[in-house]
Amino acid sequence: MFWDWAFAGEILPLLARASLVTLQATILGFAIAAVLGLAFAIGRMYGPAWLSVPLTGFIEFIRSTPLLIQIFFIYFVFPEFGLVLEAMTAGVLALGLHYATYASEVYRAGLANIQRGQWEASIALNLTPYHTFRDVIIPQAIPPIVPALGNYLVALFKETPLLSAIGVLELMQTAKIIGSETFRYVEPITMVGAIFLIFSLIAAGLIRIVEARLNRRMVH
Amino acid sequence: MALRSLVVAAIVAFTGGLVVASFAGFREFLPGLLEGALITVQITIGGCALAVACAFVAGLAKMYGPWPVRWLAVGYIEVFRGTSALVQLFWLFFVLPRFGLTMEPLTVAILTLGLNVGAYGAEVVRGAVAAVPRGQWEATVALNMSRAQALRRIILPQAVVAMIPPWGNLFIELLKATALVSLITIPDLAFRAQQMNATTYRTVEIFSIVLVFYLAIAMVITIAMQTVERFAARGLARGRAT
Repeated sequence: MFWDWAFAGEILPLLARASLVTLQATILGFAIAAVLGLAFAIGRMYGPAWLSVPLTGFIEFIRSTPLLIQIFFIYFVFPEFGLVLEAMTAGVLALGLHYATYASEVYRAGLANIQRGQWEASIALNLTPYHTFRDVIIPQAIPPIVPALGNYLVALFKETPLLSAIGVLELMQTAKIIGSETFRYVEPITMVGAIFLIFSLIAAGLIRIVEARLNRRMVH
Repeated sequence: MALRSLVVAAIVAFTGGLVVASFAGFREFLPGLLEGALITVQITIGGCALAVACAFVAGLAKMYGPWPVRWLAVGYIEVFRGTSALVQLFWLFFVLPRFGLTMEPLTVAILTLGLNVGAYGAEVVRGAVAAVPRGQWEATVALNMSRAQALRRIILPQAVVAMIPPWGNLFIELLKATALVSLITIPDLAFRAQQMNATTYRTVEIFSIVLVFYLAIAMVITIAMQTVERFAARGLARGRAT
């Protein structure tokens, strides 16, 4: 038999527990990416040159190098400078930083689509830069880009197995451990693949619903 | 040109770094990293070639194939886009041998990355072909061309030009994904980095140099694709009636 249902049922609880770690890493990583990405975008678009130029270089650098190496960098190199991080923390930080650079491009598109008149009106109303962003610009810039951000949430979710490389006990690492203990790789790895596929399809469906609702609201 | 100056600065920094490195006794790990970089480049080239082939077949099959072929293409695209590249890599590496199909790790690596990026590329192909103006199709009908002829002679040459920038991004994604193959024992750049780190403990230098290596390869891809784009666009402009 290639596929043993009894064995699959046996390891399902283990994988279910591990998928909670995967979800946790996804949510924390995306929270970092969403906040940091907005900061990157604003710094790059409206910051002074001494900020925006290095920031642009930094974003390009992070975007063109592999996430795996960045995870290793944070996990192995930071301790050399006295910053020792747990595997999970290092992994979430790397995920968040990597996707912050992608998210910043999305935010940039959203911010660039705000009409000039909105800025001029804010100046006319004597709003401070902080209030202009908080009350006028950001509330208009964010809704149209929610689907694009959602796509990166799914992409980030699919990158979480990389954390197995530094020993975080998420889905992939758990499947690998089960495989090496029982010498059965077919069921655990196939099930991990199926779990990712199911989550991704659900997320893609949700994004489509959100997108449709946003479009409807903007027509009104 | 901000990008151009950035590239120049990076190349100067990179060569400067290499010179400094070779004088600072980095000789113990630099050759190993360079060997790894060579394997990374090989996998990137192989994977990119396979990805382009898969993307055209799957993208066109999804648009114009009869329904069984179309469903097959949709299944392939959804499965490879819906799961993690690392899971796919492990599946091909650990699970396929159980079904009696054992491949070289390098073959597994190129196959997985090619199929994975090809699934994303299929959507790029589909989008670019769909973006060719309807009038072009109507003109081919008026000229009594078959659909295959129309695709080959009229539609694809125009669609390919529109595909080049997204393909540049996908090639860089593929380059970045090659780091995963270190986890199935292929001695690529990422693998060598860990290996050299374990033997020399020069953690900061090794991982910094490796990041710069990847950046340099990514920049070569970016510049190559920009060149290709310029040539392709020029050909299109020359052929167009004014």
